[in-house]
Amino acid sequence: MVLPMPQLPILLHIPDGFLSTWVATVFYLITIACLAVAIRKTSESYQESTAPLMGVLAAFIFAAQMMNFPVAGGTSGHMLGGALAAILVGPWAAMVIMACVVGVQALVFQDGGLAVLGANIFNMGIATALVGFAVYKAVTGFGNGKRPFILVGTFAAAWVSVMVAAFLTSAQLAVSGTSDWGIVLPAMLGVHALIGIGEGVISAGAVAFVLATRPDLLGITPDFGDSTLAGEHVR
Amino acid sequence: MNSTEPATAKRRGPLGIARNWWILITTGIGIALVITLFSPFASPHPDGLERVAEDKGFIDSGKDPGYKIIPDYTFPGVENERLATILSGIVGVLIVAALGLGLGYLARRTRPAAEPQPPASASPGSGGS
Repeated sequence: MVLPMPQLPILLHIPDGFLSTWVATVFYLITIACLAVAIRKTSESYQESTAPLMGVLAAFIFAAQMMNFPVAGGTSGHMLGGALAAILVGPWAAMVIMACVVGVQALVFQDGGLAVLGANIFNMGIATALVGFAVYKAVTGFGNGKRPFILVGTFAAAWVSVMVAAFLTSAQLAVSGTSDWGIVLPAMLGVHALIGIGEGVISAGAVAFVLATRPDLLGITPDFGDSTLAGEHVR
Repeated sequence: MNSTEPATAKRRGPLGIARNWWILITTGIGIALVITLFSPFASPHPDGLERVAEDKGFIDSGKDPGYKIIPDYTFPGVENERLATILSGIVGVLIVAALGLGLGYLARRTRPAAEPQPPASASPGSGGS
């Protein structure tokens, strides 16, 4: 079996030439500023689990991003991982992880252009971490941190993060004059509404695995008498 | 390596990270490496952005990078395409895992002094250097 080799691999990685110079430059500056803050905040909020999880999440997200899954109409998508990382290590360390993954993809694997690397890190790593974390906190806060809400919150965070990344990519393409808003935005959001379901299922599966094996990483003590579980109804 | 530490202190492995965390690290990276074994079976269809770029006629705006290291997740010089894909995945997983761990380690080293630290690890020489 011969594997077809796509010329421009995998989801949302913008290749060089798609963005105008000034859009690419502006997002380089925004990304550098965000990463400077993220690195400082990661140090300030450091916990014993931070460094181990940063290594593991970077490895898992890189591997997961290689696994394109089919969506409708001869199109594929793959996980981004920014929301999942933010749920497990917080948004700041998640941004650092995602910058590593997206940076290595561009530098070593020629996946995503170097001139547009700032935009790619911002779309797939910074925005996904911030938005994903906010959605997760909102849902789990609403559900009082109960386990079903952790999984629902993870799915919602992952889906919304993909849509935000797709919106940002569309906006950059439109502002760059590569495509028109009215053409690129509905097309991108339509495809990524489906890809986001894959992101949500994989992220929720990963969080379910963590809940089953190391619930302390999600701030839950393994003891089933834990107060966050009190009064929980069995689904 | 750090056998001079008090017996009550947590046993630490490389980078000053406790041994029990190294179990999580090796398990997690192991899972990632197992996933790469399945990478040749990933969907070959164009992805979301690529599909939209083709359908909406701006795919030709894309430019090839001026250099190649491991393009298209295919390790160069390996005849078997599946093996080349898996090898590229293993290389990538190990690079990003090292970067993530290394940056996490730097974050631990540079955290503000005001951060309360466990007394056992505050003793001189516990930093692993």
